[in-house]
Amino acid sequence: MMSALTLLIAVPWAAGLLLWGIRSDRLRRAVVIGTVLFVAALSVNLAVRLFHTGDVFHVDTHWINWLMLAGEGGMAMYLLRVGWKQRHPVVVALVLAQTALMAWFELSHGAELRVGQNLFVDKFSILMALINGVVGGLICIYALGYMREFHDVHHPEIADRRPMFFGLLFIFMGAMFGIIFANNLLWFFFFWEVTTLCSFLLIGYKQTEESRQNALRALNLNLMGGLAMAAGIVLFHTRAGSIELAVLFQKTPEVVLAPVALLAFAGLTKSAQLPFSRWLLGAMVAPTPVSALLHSSTMVKAGLYLILRLAPVLWGTVPGTVLALTGAVTFVVTSFAAVCTSDAKKVLAYSTIANLGLVVLCGGIGTYEAVWAGILMIVFHAVAKCLLFLCVGVIEHKLHSRDIEKMSGLILSLPRISVFLQVGIAGMFLAPFGMLLSKWAVLKAVVDSYPLLAVFVCFGSAPTLFFWVKWLGKLLEVTGAIENKEKGIGRGEWVAMGALTVLTGLTCLFFPLISSELVEPYVMEVYWRTAAMDHGNFIIMTIMLCMVGLFPLSFINYKRKVHVMDAYLSGANVERNNTHFLDARGAARPMTMRNYYFQDLLKEDQLLRGGLFAGLSLLVFLLGFVLL
Amino acid sequence: MSPGWRLVIYLIAAPLLGGLLAGVDRKLTARMQARQGPPLLQPFYDVIKLWNKETIVVRRSQNFYIFFFLLLMIFTGGLFFAGSDLLLVVFALTLAGIFLVLGAYKASSPYSFLGAERELIQMMAYEPMVLITAVSIYLVTGSFYVHDIVKHPDLLLGPLPGVFLGFLYALEIKFRKSPFDFSCSHHAHQELVRGLTTEFSGKALAMIEVAHWYETVLLLGWVYLFFASVPILGLIATLAVYGFLILTDNTFARLKWLTAVKSAWAVTLALGFGNILTLTLLRY
Repeated sequence: MMSALTLLIAVPWAAGLLLWGIRSDRLRRAVVIGTVLFVAALSVNLAVRLFHTGDVFHVDTHWINWLMLAGEGGMAMYLLRVGWKQRHPVVVALVLAQTALMAWFELSHGAELRVGQNLFVDKFSILMALINGVVGGLICIYALGYMREFHDVHHPEIADRRPMFFGLLFIFMGAMFGIIFANNLLWFFFFWEVTTLCSFLLIGYKQTEESRQNALRALNLNLMGGLAMAAGIVLFHTRAGSIELAVLFQKTPEVVLAPVALLAFAGLTKSAQLPFSRWLLGAMVAPTPVSALLHSSTMVKAGLYLILRLAPVLWGTVPGTVLALTGAVTFVVTSFAAVCTSDAKKVLAYSTIANLGLVVLCGGIGTYEAVWAGILMIVFHAVAKCLLFLCVGVIEHKLHSRDIEKMSGLILSLPRISVFLQVGIAGMFLAPFGMLLSKWAVLKAVVDSYPLLAVFVCFGSAPTLFFWVKWLGKLLEVTGAIENKEKGIGRGEWVAMGALTVLTGLTCLFFPLISSELVEPYVMEVYWRTAAMDHGNFIIMTIMLCMVGLFPLSFINYKRKVHVMDAYLSGANVERNNTHFLDARGAARPMTMRNYYFQDLLKEDQLLRGGLFAGLSLLVFLLGFVLL
Repeated sequence: MSPGWRLVIYLIAAPLLGGLLAGVDRKLTARMQARQGPPLLQPFYDVIKLWNKETIVVRRSQNFYIFFFLLLMIFTGGLFFAGSDLLLVVFALTLAGIFLVLGAYKASSPYSFLGAERELIQMMAYEPMVLITAVSIYLVTGSFYVHDIVKHPDLLLGPLPGVFLGFLYALEIKFRKSPFDFSCSHHAHQELVRGLTTEFSGKALAMIEVAHWYETVLLLGWVYLFFASVPILGLIATLAVYGFLILTDNTFARLKWLTAVKSAWAVTLALGFGNILTLTLLRY
């Protein structure tokens, strides 16, 4: 078992380092597919073997600690150089502070830092490992074809650095496994910083001025989280004399609450909650597989994982309440912001931040119900959001735009992609699909603990309805004849998108099983009681799923006798034409249809500024709590 | 009565009752406007007539969405009257509404497109209030289940007057009655091009009408929940609410969509949230 955990971290890293040196396309494909299959099989195998045990495992290898210290040193040197070259004093200061703190800590306390278990695994980590292994693996396979087209057809001006790109993808994946399995907080910190570095390098992949700036911003904000985490670990050690995650839960809240608040701060930066959300929006400049990776299987999920792990300590405390409020405000503000934009990737980014807000809200509340809801949300969001990103990536290549308004008639121009996209959107917000299920659970959890916060959930879910449905509508609407552009999409892309579509369906269908076998046992272990959906509601949800699943069958009836006529254009259609009408002077004019974006009512930057302010003041509150 | 029987009675009685109420609406409206008005059973004649008309479409698949709209609307009402979870009822109702909107999008004509968009805006306007209503009922009764809520010994109106008024406001939008009938006004004479339903005809239009009857009964059933402990009072109040909706429909002109959204949210915050706030303060 132990070897399985180390393999899950080591194999992607080995593959990553190997890929860094591979220039041949075919060899790269072989290594990527092989590694993905191996990692996916290993994580599924781990899940199956651990179905009924939840043990903690032990490795004590002193040299690994030294290796990590060396790795951290190397990263610090590299980041210092980056900060220096880009003239970014904040990055330099953050790296210096963090390195100095950690170096002092490890060198002065080196001897007493005895750790029982460096790695561990329980049901929650397995769930995360499955997401990372399976969803992350599909992204890597998708990236093979996507990146080829990216360089050959669409961006010949950008230097082809694919060996580095694929190398980083796997190192990222391995580091995420590390975060999931780490019990030793120093290891946790190391892997955490590796993901920060990987995301910095991947966001800046295009090496344009914009991408460099955005990468630097992501680095900057995530380093703040890193510093908070370092401080949290040191504080935890001074108070409790341990650096083990498992020990954290054995201490009384008075002892560990301040370090936990610092760790949660780090979680907020990673999961792009409000004062920090700008880095995730900026990360859109990266190639699509990177966005998908950041949004669904790694990076932001690391922050959520940490916050949900800490939830039992946060339950009913001041930092917990502050976190819950931060999540609630983030949910409302970014949901509204998503209404005002027609850039598909931006809509997806806002909706990610909004959903993460809901999970943070759950973590902050910290009751057993809330944790149950939060974990479910992570699962559904990972699958559906990944699918959406991958679809938008292909659409951007084929339509040369990711504007939602340009997706009119997609059902004819890219029929299969459009169906995938519809499944993904449905998965994100429509009853009875996954995300809505979890929203139901969230609302219930909120009402039971902080009824007043329910108002945020109620108000935030209204705009999500609006921006998803108007996108769906745009996909369905057809004016005029449109040619099929679906040729030339690689097999890897089809496999990844198809598999994720099936996975979205399966997670909804087998939601009761996921809940009862993976989520509930974990909640049970932590709280000695668990939440679940009532049996009756399960049945109702399944009936609804079947009803909606019948919809495609109605197309059997497609050829039946109906009288097809032109659309109504105030009776002024140009003869035999759906799309042109005669104006007052008898000239033919095309009609156009555009969605509402509420430009007069909501201003995206004003909303974000307000949210930033609210987030900052909540943060100050959180830090004030730690200091006092 | 067992949930199964309630379900059967609902499936048969709801469209009859809904159609009858629609007839009453038209009669009352006509009298308020000093007209004679059609016979009470006119809505039924209309639907039968529509059913036998030729089906004209712009897109072949547009009517599939309408069929699913009707199906899900019936299902939603079934959930409610079988005594199920109120939150699920809200979500199922939204799902049904979305099928209607998607059908209008699918028709791909500018009028139905605009109607679809406006219907979405209406949904966005009333959704928070409807959710808050469910939440506040839970706060008072301790259950989201309709069959538990009905058994609550006290009048829900007592602790939840603000929520009730807010819910009335949301109903006004939900019924697409003036002043909030901007996605498709209920009476054809007010607007010849009926937004959302511009491109639907024959059977599809009949299905939309029948779905509306089911919806009417469902929403009035929800109003009844506020008075469930005294059934007679509940019945009277429900009818009074329906009369009130007709009265406002005839006394107010249509508002702009922006006003509708802003005012609905303001009402939700002031009455709905205010009511929850008071409840929690009183409890602790």
